[in-house]
Parts: sequence; structure tokens; C-alpha cells
Amino acid sequence: MATAFQKVYTKIGQITKATVALKAKGVGYDELATINGKLAQVVKISGDDVTLQVFEGTGGIPTNAEVVFLGKAPSLKVSDQLAGRFFNAYGDPIDGGPAIEGKDVEIGGPSVNPVRRKQPSELIATGIAGIDLNNTLVSGQKIPFFADPDQPFNEVMALVALRAKVDKIILGGMGMTNDDYYYFKNTFSEAGALDRIIAFMNTTEDPAVERLLVPDMALTAAEYFAVEKHETVLVLLTDMTSYADSLSIVSNRMDQIPSKDSMPGSLYSDLAKIYEKAVQFPESAGGGSITIIAVTTLSGGDITHAVPDNTGYITEGQLYLRRDSDIGKVIVDPFRSLSRLKQLVAGKKTRKDHSQVMNAAIRLYSDAANAKTKLENGFDLTDYDNRCLDFAKEYADKLLAIDVNLDTEEMLDVTWTLFKKYFKLEEVNIKKEFTDTYWK
Amino acid sequence: MTKGTVSGVIANMVTLRVDGPVRQGEICYIETGGDRLMSEVIKVLGTDVYVQVFESTRGLKVGAPAEFTGHMLEVQLGPGMLSKNYDGLQNDLDKMEGVFLRRGQYTEPLDAERPWGFTPLVKVGDEVQSSDWLGEVIENSQKLKIMAPFQMEGKAKVKSIVKAGEYKIHDVVAVLQKEDGTEVQVDMVQHWPVKFAMTNYKEKPRPFKLLETGVRTIDTFNPIVEGGTGFIPGPFGTGKTVLQHAISKQAEADIVIIAACGERANEVVEIFTEFPELDDPHTGRKLMERTIIIANTSNMPVAAREASVYTAMTMAEYYRSMGLRVLLMADSTSRWAQALREMSNRMEELPGPDAFPMDLGALISNFYGRAGYVYLNNGEVGSITFIGTVSPAGGNLKEPVTENTKKVARCFYGLEQDRADKKRYPAVNPIESYSKYLEYPEFSEYISKKINDKWIPKVLALKTRMQRGKEIAEQINILGDDGVPVDYHVVFWKSEIIDFVVLQQDAFDEVDAVTSLERQEAILDLVTEICEKDFHFDTFLDCVDYFRKLINLCKQMNYSEYKSEMYNMFVSQIRDMLAA
Repeated sequence: MATAFQKVYTKIGQITKATVALKAKGVGYDELATINGKLAQVVKISGDDVTLQVFEGTGGIPTNAEVVFLGKAPSLKVSDQLAGRFFNAYGDPIDGGPAIEGKDVEIGGPSVNPVRRKQPSELIATGIAGIDLNNTLVSGQKIPFFADPDQPFNEVMALVALRAKVDKIILGGMGMTNDDYYYFKNTFSEAGALDRIIAFMNTTEDPAVERLLVPDMALTAAEYFAVEKHETVLVLLTDMTSYADSLSIVSNRMDQIPSKDSMPGSLYSDLAKIYEKAVQFPESAGGGSITIIAVTTLSGGDITHAVPDNTGYITEGQLYLRRDSDIGKVIVDPFRSLSRLKQLVAGKKTRKDHSQVMNAAIRLYSDAANAKTKLENGFDLTDYDNRCLDFAKEYADKLLAIDVNLDTEEMLDVTWTLFKKYFKLEEVNIKKEFTDTYWK
Repeated sequence: MTKGTVSGVIANMVTLRVDGPVRQGEICYIETGGDRLMSEVIKVLGTDVYVQVFESTRGLKVGAPAEFTGHMLEVQLGPGMLSKNYDGLQNDLDKMEGVFLRRGQYTEPLDAERPWGFTPLVKVGDEVQSSDWLGEVIENSQKLKIMAPFQMEGKAKVKSIVKAGEYKIHDVVAVLQKEDGTEVQVDMVQHWPVKFAMTNYKEKPRPFKLLETGVRTIDTFNPIVEGGTGFIPGPFGTGKTVLQHAISKQAEADIVIIAACGERANEVVEIFTEFPELDDPHTGRKLMERTIIIANTSNMPVAAREASVYTAMTMAEYYRSMGLRVLLMADSTSRWAQALREMSNRMEELPGPDAFPMDLGALISNFYGRAGYVYLNNGEVGSITFIGTVSPAGGNLKEPVTENTKKVARCFYGLEQDRADKKRYPAVNPIESYSKYLEYPEFSEYISKKINDKWIPKVLALKTRMQRGKEIAEQINILGDDGVPVDYHVVFWKSEIIDFVVLQQDAFDEVDAVTSLERQEAILDLVTEICEKDFHFDTFLDCVDYFRKLINLCKQMNYSEYKSEMYNMFVSQIRDMLAA
């Protein structure tokens, strides 16, 4: 990659597990370099001392390695040729196909001016009632699954991606197992959706620090299709906890003072820079959009850990999966899941009774949870408690389970049927205007 | 001016070697690849100066030139700021070109060419001092004052003042002659360094006037006052932003400044999409006309995030000097604290608790201290009411930002996960939350006049009932429904009435979202009446049934237009139930 005029440095002063330092002049911040062919990026400059973060790790780098500075930040070639292709974290093809020709764009580019955004307002239907009914997704939204590693989040994500009506699906895999990588590849190809897919993959077999490039690569590609081609783009990022782990590795090697849970103090800003790329553009700017669905794996369901905690403050809601022992299926947990943008479409793009029906059902489901606690503590149940329990079981089975595939009107009708079946009018606490119409 | 050259770069902290004097907090511009990057001095070590850059430092090289400006981070204050969307450094976001925020792009906060109808308020020979009102212009129906320069020292005489007419912001509208004979030319623009508090008022008394927000859990239960301070801590997903937006939509203020500090861009979009459509419930004009947005969203440069809250506060002080009632909302002060932490960390300072800088508490209290109700030098009053949100890590209130804020803010609206999970919105915890103003004799006197002298005792009685209801709920949980006397259930359900009818409020329902003070009085009276009534039930099931029905009717009442036919119908049904 070196050209004739580039200066080659061959004297490395310091090597740690993730960084090397050497004396060099005229180096720009964030600039890329190769060290014996391994890609590295400038993370600190102090006078002539330049510290580089080596993506692959520093194993095997000798003190006399050849260091060549490339004069640019990490970049991706963007064009329509990206569609249907699989790449590694550097944006090089890993599917055996030819290299991409196109415009070279630096990744991690500037943010969209907030006044050039449009308020998200298009419903993204998934057919899953736990999402569409209770936690409606909207184009331009960013929302993660908070899930334990053993939960089927990748399956649900693949399902959502295939059902959603979008022009492009961009998959950013970070620390993904090889098996999951093939799962996505096979699912998408069986669905005949490969021409809509672009994937940037860092699997567990690849070096951990490399995955720091993946979200920016995926989002640079997404911005190309959303801004220049005015397309609707869905970006899937899995798993952002692995990404954060890599951030902490690098900051640790740089001797930074860690804040909560050994994460760098800049974790919030680092994650926000990625998630805030989700955007809905107005018609005047082509009307394209980027929606981000991510996965944040939890350890033992702990959402107070710095990664899910900071993520929750950045994203527009979060989705939880849970195995419901009453019906033996995985459901979208209605208590803790939340889509902050749902009120932009609920009752506006969907039927008017949407919000009230959703809230009433969740409140009754929560009464059922209380009844269950009572039962477990050996207390007698009232008639109301028993009705709540029966309702909860049927509600979980017919609506919350992830194998449901209905449109929102059907979901609302099913809920009204359940209300009617188990409750009295005054127990559902819904505005009269709606009960007059739907309580039949 | 002093010049410097870049000698080191770590993320947005840059070291410069300088050739002359610099001051702490001074602004300089670093040139790289044709862009000028605005930066602020944060530490000086001999000729090595540490600056924080308000932009991305990508590609910045050692040796890049920097030029100091001689002044600190300051804002321009004048007519033309209302309805604007600014970034944290007061760049007008609408004037920026392109979809993306280009590095090094700075835009003028005010419009130099727009004419304003100016009316003089002084005449030649009048004696004035700094911040005195010289004239008036009207912007979006607000009477804005053109004031004597904030920095002017001592007294001066008005040497000349222009006639009423149309002038631009940089036109000289008055000439003042100071005691030493020097002349000061006054236009409509003031400059002020954002990190210094404006103290151009005579006195800052204890605030006492209720600030109506239309949110019952605030106005009735834990009122905030004009010139008061409050904060809203809560884990994510408990409705901080919804509550903040509700307050900023409905509060009875002349000017509302919203500092979106390190939060989501879509929340800002929501404001400037909806506010131009919504009416100010107090004046009937569009909400956007009284609103200024300072948007430094979470993906915008971190250093400018810290600046954004100061920029917002300085604008608020400017309007307060004109005798206006300003409401300042900052969402969220935790992001500001995190920005401080990131910088402190890069400077390798010894960390305080949770790696925050040691002076965090002092910074927070100084900032909250800038709010307040003031008597101006001319006897008029102005106020800045400040409400900040706090995003405690892991929802744990025992963390430095929450603890330090609690020491200075007088109202505490603690949002609770459990309430949010149960969809009991707004999720303000009714027992832990407080308003110190309820204890102010000044406030009590004011409320007695404005409403009546029973108001505060009634509110306190309901608070006690909430507490009692919670205790009993715990006992019922332990002993079972049948394990406690039926009377216990009555006490519990009375607290549920308070919760469902007074505290819970649907921010997305047109009617329920905002409750006038008159209507809050009606609700308080009704709920008090229910609570004070003796009920006798044979079984707890009868009690539960009765109160469920009653709650349902009360909610329907809350959803109906005040004093409409529907409303009256539900009230009479409630009356029938109570009489039976």
C-alpha cells in the first residue's frame, strides 16, 4: 500500500498488547498506518511520539517492523456494488467476490445536523405483537435487544429484518460465533433476500480490537444508501457488548482511568456516536432512513452494568425476551420492553384505540403477575385474580409469543376479544369512546 | 494576539506551545486542512497550553498553527434569538449548509440585517447604570429590552437616544456619557462570557410564586415556584423526557429555553416539529415563539456539551434582566458531568468518586445558584426557574451527580422504575419526592391568597395518606387479603384513589395532559372528600369492587373537558356513588 514517497519508519520504541509507540513526524490524529502489513490507527500524539493501536494485536511485531503511515483515517469504498456482499471489519470482501469500486469515504464521519432531521413517523411492521402492539418500531429509531447470551435474539432479529419492508439490511457482526454468522447467511439466502443484504463480520475467530471498526463500516454503508440513494435502511448490530469490551481493552492499554465496570469514561459518547446515526430524513432530503436494531448481551440479566445502562440512555427504548413457563414459549417481555417512539405511530398510523388497549392489557397482565405472587405465597385468590391469570396465559400465547404473525388491526381485535372474555367493562379502564365501539 | 502550534493530540485534548500570554478559559482556533477548530484553554503549564477542542480532531498534526482570540467563550445576546435552534456554542443550526454538521462551520447567532421596531424608554439626560433599560423592541409579542452594556462600570448619562423607529441590531441606538467623560455607543447586542453569572440585579429573595405546570403531581403535590430549582432523576425508560417536555409545553413562563445536553437528537426534532403547531395554553400563541432550543445532542462533540448548559443559562439571565419569567430545562445534567469526566480523565487529574472530577459538586451548585427570582435595579422582577434531569448510572441514586444535585435543588422529582413498569405515569415517586417550597412561609402565604388557606393542609394530608397506603400495601402483601381487617383495604384504596386521580396523568391525552389550577383545586377537593368519608364494607372484595368503579369514573372525569356535559355527567355519577 506504500507509495514511493511515503516515509518508512523502522524503529518502534514501545510495544504493549494492543499498542505500539514510535517517533514519527507529520502524522495526523486518527490516521491509519501499517506495521509489517498489520493495520493500525493513531490514538495519541505527543511531540514526535506517536502511539498506534494495532487492530490485530501486537503479537509477532518486532521492534524493527516497517511502519508506513497512510495519510487517511479508516475508510470504505461505497457504491451500489456493496449490495449482496460480505466483508470483514476493514471492508475487504470475504465472500470470494471482487473488490468494490466506488467513492472512498472515511468512516465515523460527521453527525447529521439535528435541524435537517425529520421526526420518525413510519411504522416498521414485524408481525410480532410483542413488538408491533406493545413496542411499535418506527423508521429512524434505534433500539436494542437486552438479552442473555442464551436467548434467541439473533433469530428474532433475522425474522424482524426479513419481515420489515426495507430496501437494505446491513448486518454488523461483532464477536459473532461462526455458527451464528452462517445462520444469518443461510436464513437470508433461503429467504431470497441476499441482494438486499450487506454484512460486515468480525467473528470470535478474528482479533477483538478489529471489531471497533464494524459499526462505523456498517453505518457508513448505511449512510450511502440512505443519503445518496434515499433508501430505507435497517442496520443490525450484534453484539454491542463485545464492541464495548474492545473499547475497554484499548483504553486499559492506554492507561486511562476506568470508570464504572472497567469501561472507559467516554463509553456514553462512544456508543451515542454509533446509535445516533439512526435518522429519518425529510422528503426534501430524499426521505431515506436508517433504523438500528442492536443486541446488548447482559450478564445474568444485570441491566445496571455500564454497557446496558449507558445504552438505555441513548437508544429509543429496549426490547427484552423472556421464556414464559406458562406457555413454554419465548415472549417479548411487556413490562420491561419499551419503544419510546411508539406514540408517534400508535393511534396515528394504527387504529385510534391502540394506545389505550395496549396499556390496559399490560396493566391487567401486571395484575396477573401480582396474583401469581399471591398464589406462590400461599394466599387465596379472588375471582378477579383468577380471571387475570387466565387472561395472562392466553394473552401471552396469542400475542406476546415471538411466533405470532398478525397485522396490528388483528392484534387489537384479539386483545378486545380477550378483554371481553375475562373482564367487566369497568375493569379495563378504557376511554368510553373506544369501549362504545369495540366492546361488543 | 498570542499564537501557538500544536505539540500533541489525544482525542479532543490538544496541547499547544504558545508565544505569549493566554488566559484560563480563553478561546483559540486551530487550523487544520482548511478548517478552523474552536478550542478552549483548560490548563496552562508554562508555555504548554492544554485546550479542549469543540470539534473532531481527525487528521490534526503536530505543528498546526493556532490563534488566540483574547476572549473567553461568550454568547451574543440580542433580539432575534426566540424560536431559534442553536448548538452548544450558539451557532444557528438552521444557517448551516448541508445535511451533516461540517467541522469548523460557525454561523452567526443573530440576524444583522433584520430591522426591529425600537421604542426608547429613556430620554437625554437620564442617569443609567449597567443593565438599565434604554429601549424596547417586540419579538414574537415579547417586549424585549435593549439595555445599557452589562460590562459598563459606574453611572452614565444618556447623551443621545434615537427616535422610535426601525433599526438593525448593530445600529447605534443610544450614546451614554460616563462620569469620566468617555462615551459608550450602545447597539442592541450584548456579549457575555458564559461561565460567569450575571449579577445585574438588586436582590435575590426567597422565591414564593407558584409556577403552574399543569402537571398535577408537581403543582398539587410538590409545587415548583418562579425562580425555583428542581431536578428529575430517574433510570432510563421512566419518562424523564416526557415529563420535561410536558413542563416546557405547559408551564406559565414568558421564555422557555431547552438545553438538550448530550441527549437524543430525535427528542430535539420532536420539539421543533411539535412546538410550532402547539398553542401556549396561557397566551394562545404558538409554543415555538417563546422557545429557544440549545441542541448539543449526544453525537455532537463532547466539549461543546459542557458549554451548552452555560450558553443556555446565560441566555436565561439575559431575559431575566428584562423582567421576564424564564423557564430553563436541561436534559440531562449527567451528560454534562460526563463531559467533565472525559476531559478530567484525559488531563490525568486524580479522580473523585466514580472517576468524576473532584470539583463536580462545586460546579453543580454554582450552576443551580444562577437560577432565582430577582428584583432588578428598577424595581421590576424577573426569574429563572431551572429544572434539570439527572440520569443516574444503573438507576442508583447514590451516585455523585444525583447526590450533589440533591444538595442544591429545592424540588426533587424522583422517577421510579417500579411505577414506570406498572405504567403509572408520570412515574414520580409520591413518597420520596419533595418540594421544599411547601415549607416556605412565603409560599404558604402566597397560596393562601391565590387559592385558599386549606390548600396546603389538604395536600399534606394526602401525602400522609399515600405513605399510610404504602405501609398497608406491604402488610397486605405479607398477610394476605384476608389476613388484614377490611378497614385496612379501605385505607389502601383511598391511597389508590389519590394515585389514580391526582398523581397519574396521561401526557398523551389532549385533555388530561394539562390541568388548570382551578381544575386541580376541584380534583383535590373531591379526592379529599372521598378520603375523609367513612366507608363500611362487609368483605374486602366489596371494597375492591367499589373503589375500582369509583376510580374508573374519576378517570373518565379526568379525560373529559372541564365542566363539559360529559364531565358533569361523570361528576354526578361519582356523587351518586358517594351518596349511596
